[in-house]
Amino acid sequence: MWERISGAMNENTLEKLKILAESAKYDVSCASGGTTRRNRPGGIGSAAGWGICHSFTEDGRCVSLLKIMLTNHCIYDCAYCINRKSNDLPRATFSVSELVELTIEFYRRNYIEGLFLSSGIVRNPDYTMERLVGVAKELRQRHRYNGYIHLKGIPGASRELICEAGLYADRLSVNVEIPNEQSLQLLAPDKDFASVFAPMRHIKQGILENLEDRKKFRSAPRFAPAGQSTQMIIGASPERDKDILSLSANLYKRPTLKRVYYSGFVPVNAYDNRLPALKQPPLVRENRLYQADWLMRFYQFTANEIADDAYPDLDLEVDPKLAWALRHPEKFPVDINKAEYEMLLRVPGIGVKSAQLIVASRRYGKLGESQLRKMGIVMKKAVYFITCRELPFQTVQELHPEQVRRILTRPSGSRKQEDPRQLKLSFEEEPHDRLYLR
Amino acid sequence: MIVCTYDKTFEGLLSVVFEAYSRKKFPDKLLAEGEPLPLFYDEAISVSTDPEKSERVWNGLEKKLSRGGLAFLTQSWLSELPEVDLLLFRYIRKNLDAPVSLELNFGDPDVLEVSQIWKKVGQEKSRIIQFARFQKTADNTYLAVLEPLYNVLPLTLSYFKERFAGQCWLLYDNKRKYGYYYDMKRVSEVRFEQEPLWGVCGKLPEELLAEDEKQFQQLWKSYFKSLAIRERLNPKLHRQHLPARFWKYLTEKQGG
Repeated sequence: MWERISGAMNENTLEKLKILAESAKYDVSCASGGTTRRNRPGGIGSAAGWGICHSFTEDGRCVSLLKIMLTNHCIYDCAYCINRKSNDLPRATFSVSELVELTIEFYRRNYIEGLFLSSGIVRNPDYTMERLVGVAKELRQRHRYNGYIHLKGIPGASRELICEAGLYADRLSVNVEIPNEQSLQLLAPDKDFASVFAPMRHIKQGILENLEDRKKFRSAPRFAPAGQSTQMIIGASPERDKDILSLSANLYKRPTLKRVYYSGFVPVNAYDNRLPALKQPPLVRENRLYQADWLMRFYQFTANEIADDAYPDLDLEVDPKLAWALRHPEKFPVDINKAEYEMLLRVPGIGVKSAQLIVASRRYGKLGESQLRKMGIVMKKAVYFITCRELPFQTVQELHPEQVRRILTRPSGSRKQEDPRQLKLSFEEEPHDRLYLR
Repeated sequence: MIVCTYDKTFEGLLSVVFEAYSRKKFPDKLLAEGEPLPLFYDEAISVSTDPEKSERVWNGLEKKLSRGGLAFLTQSWLSELPEVDLLLFRYIRKNLDAPVSLELNFGDPDVLEVSQIWKKVGQEKSRIIQFARFQKTADNTYLAVLEPLYNVLPLTLSYFKERFAGQCWLLYDNKRKYGYYYDMKRVSEVRFEQEPLWGVCGKLPEELLAEDEKQFQQLWKSYFKSLAIRERLNPKLHRQHLPARFWKYLTEKQGG
């Protein structure tokens, strides 16, 4: 069938696509929203509005963008990366026209929201960055493509190239990869924090200057309207969760940084003894970090409240919000009909949407348990932390944080048979003071 | 029990509201014309749709409800759930009778249920936008065949029109047997007298496809396959995000 293929495609394209998708898949970012590039007459597509996931891989991750590498040749030798120089794997490079045609044809069939282009380092950072910018420029200018473009900022790339990239891309990202400078230098001798943070700063400056320009001239072209993001690999180096979260919190303080992604370390280079030997990627830890990240971005938690010196790692057994609540029983129970919105957000089992529903509805009358349940509040958790119209249930005050934890982490099969109102006496060997005074 | 029969259109429902207020008799059951009446009832009223009356009720609602509240009504109607009309009737009545807008009172079971149906229909709309797959035909029309759970195609048109403004496309609801065709100027509703060529499986015979269509399908399928990380396979999560009822029409879930 390949003899009928059109344009820039040829029989190698399929092979290249497989190789370069394999190489790109460990980057977890997939966001495609938060931009305002609308369709213009004669152009292709639009990127206005929310991001859309067009498919999901069999590991359950969203496929929103054509996530691909321009090339997987690389002069660096980072221990955690599948494309490192010393790996013997098939290498390939796309031509600009192949990549452009793939993007547009996939886009027209509603397979994707746009392109997420990354690259191995060839020759030097600037040479690589220039080629990435070239693809985006071709799409935007020659083909008048208005879909989403996410470009990777290459650590060490010059300010001019980053600024040019910002004119064509919706989002730029520079990956921190390893959350600590010493660990980074150990695993990736060619990189340091300065080479990562400099392009991040250029992007920030570009966006902020552009905002000023747009105040003066409404028609000034936008600079990376969807901001920037970054990624950290979790579990490849010895950092604790508190270090990771405080780095994230610091990054979020900078304007324009929209997302930090956490990628559980997949041991792709098992032979390298600088890396820990893992049976499987730390998926639960990764999930807990995302939950903690959510708490910082949408639930008004600070990094310190989630993990500090006393609790340097996230609890793998319960989610970070429940863990916080169990460490702070003095803040509960919360009265659903009176509490501030900020406090409702801190109740385990109440999300942002349900907290908003509660605040909107309680003006019409006091809310009771059945109404809360119908609104989608997870009563199984929330019940230990709230009071509502009905007589109070046994809350975390009457029970004990340890007991609430035991009830909530029990395997789901046995949870039904036990009545949580029934006091359960512990006949274990463990003395009570050790059990309770944690 | 008061039973009311009408033509099961949204305008019809608004006329029912009008009649109910003018007769001061509020139905407990809404039936389609010709549907058998229940065994016991006090009164059966037949309402014929009158655009003027419907318009007056709608204008009244516009004064009471915000734009979001009005969208609650129209979008929930598209769910086509049994008895959704009676629920909407109660919702309209509550809002018309209340001195202040009730639309944020989610403590009220009817308001909450309408909002939940609204949400479900909205989710289905997003899924159609996510999972529609166009196949390019020999005459350069892009065809997507779908079976939405609710009648949501009308809600997705603005998205497809904006995004695919530069290509002719046909979106077809294979369950409800109608679709929308865009000719690069406007969108129009289409129905076919005969069974369309793509049949129940939504696939056109190969000779009707554009020359390069099969290749791009192949490229997309292998791209999709390469993207999964073996160490992290999670079929349950996969099915949760990508419900099996869509697989039939998804290019990447076809074998070969």
